[in-house]
Amino acid sequence: MDKFLFLLSAFLLVWGLRLQSDPASASKGNKLASVGMITAIFSAVIMPLENSFSNLIWILAPLSLSGVIGYLIAKNIKMTSMPQMVSIFNGLGGLSAVLLSFAEINKWIIYPETYQLTVVIVLILSLFIGSVAFTGSLLAFAKLDGYRWSEKLSLPFQHIFNLILISVIVGLSYLFITSPDISLLYIIIILSFVYGIFFVAPIGGADMPVVISLLNSFTGITAALTGIIFGNIVMLLGGILVGAAGTILTVLMCNAMNRSLLNVIIGGFSSNNSSKKGKDQGEIKEVSDSDFAVQLFYSSKVIIIPGYGLAVAQAQKLCKEIQEILETNDVEIKYAIHPVAGRMPGHMNVLLAEADVDYSKLIELEQANEEFKSTDVAVIIGANDVVNPDAIDDSTSPLYGMPILKVWESTSTVVLKRSMSAGYAGVQNPLFFKKNNQMYFGDAKESLQRLSSELKNL
Amino acid sequence: MNELLNFLFENEVLIYLLLFTILLGFEVISKVPSVLHTPLMSGANAISGIVILGAIILIRTTESDNYITLILASTALFVGSINVFGGFFVTNRMLEMFNKKKRG
Repeated sequence: MDKFLFLLSAFLLVWGLRLQSDPASASKGNKLASVGMITAIFSAVIMPLENSFSNLIWILAPLSLSGVIGYLIAKNIKMTSMPQMVSIFNGLGGLSAVLLSFAEINKWIIYPETYQLTVVIVLILSLFIGSVAFTGSLLAFAKLDGYRWSEKLSLPFQHIFNLILISVIVGLSYLFITSPDISLLYIIIILSFVYGIFFVAPIGGADMPVVISLLNSFTGITAALTGIIFGNIVMLLGGILVGAAGTILTVLMCNAMNRSLLNVIIGGFSSNNSSKKGKDQGEIKEVSDSDFAVQLFYSSKVIIIPGYGLAVAQAQKLCKEIQEILETNDVEIKYAIHPVAGRMPGHMNVLLAEADVDYSKLIELEQANEEFKSTDVAVIIGANDVVNPDAIDDSTSPLYGMPILKVWESTSTVVLKRSMSAGYAGVQNPLFFKKNNQMYFGDAKESLQRLSSELKNL
Repeated sequence: MNELLNFLFENEVLIYLLLFTILLGFEVISKVPSVLHTPLMSGANAISGIVILGAIILIRTTESDNYITLILASTALFVGSINVFGGFFVTNRMLEMFNKKKRG
């Protein structure tokens, strides 16, 4: 019975993940996967085991409690905070693997003869990767949530330091296996936690989603490793599936930014190399409320480039409102979505979907770049790095080589932005100084409100 | 070394499974449009919480008075299943928003 259920859940997990790769069936896929997961949990609870004890309360209590908590978090979280939430959840998954491996290793210390040596090695590996995923995800969360201290954690000679740290961990693990001593294990755990922090510390800016995806695949790998220990095929399968999926996603994201994974891990956006320019870029022009409104209202085609600023200000719905006003005057509106717009690939699509923007209005990078030439006004709302011409023109720019939206090919551009500060990648944007560009300062929500009321007066 | 080889032989089927699942994982995900990356990440993340099965098995094979192991495993189960349930719920919430669009 339980074997059959495990088989069923394995099938559901794979099929569910498969369906999630197509927008039309994604929702069904997620439901299938969750049914698969529940089936797996159920079969783990009922499967016959040797030396089984009835510790049911120890299983049911945490399960039901976390079910409620998980549901409440998922229900109340803002869509803008999605990347933070994924990284926190991922951290919890990592922590779970750490606790589990620790409990198993603890058992090994007490009953050494019941374990094979290889099993202990796998356990320590799982402990290490889980710890890295745990603290790494927490730091990723802090960075995404904008804690200042988290930006400047890297040390000089970080990479050499990391190498030394890894060697120490490997050495201690060897020592621990030859002469099991619980205090050594504590040191290994602490050092692994530290390594997780140093692993993520040098990475910043637009690279964060890549790291989260990578950490996600780490958690998958620990799940698979623990699956080997417990001889549970569904765990192995689910874990590897996530590990592979996470790796592929990571690579896809790197490709979208034209960066190699190694480059991301080493911390490619290392700050200081872009400070040389900044002066002498010409002047910026501001546009008034009414001019902006008129310009938009009498255009035939407007493309909106939404970025994280729009999301933070929760202005998606206003955006949709303006879209509707403009459409009454037969203005063609489209949204150009850069693959890494927002804080995570596809994040922007989720946010616009939340505001009921029609799916067919969203165009992707390549199509957008063809359409800018025939566009009257490109409106950039809270986006910056994804429209930075330096990515094409300036080989010294940290953004160089990243595919971007060539907004300046439209007749004019208007940038909605809070201030002249640099983008997430920490570089100034020459687009702001172009002749056909105008700035419209203010918080995205307030700006759009101003614009919307101005439009209604026309 | 011998021990490692023994381990490989004993778990031959598992090792094969491992290799094929890696390929399967790559194959399943490689065609995903970037629109779906965020939901997919959180969905896959929820699946990685499958590690809680280990916690359940550990709890069930631990003597009822071995509180250290029970507490450790139950905490593992607790944090891991927040990941599972929260992940599935939130992914569902995101994808429903996409769906709403289709019908309207």
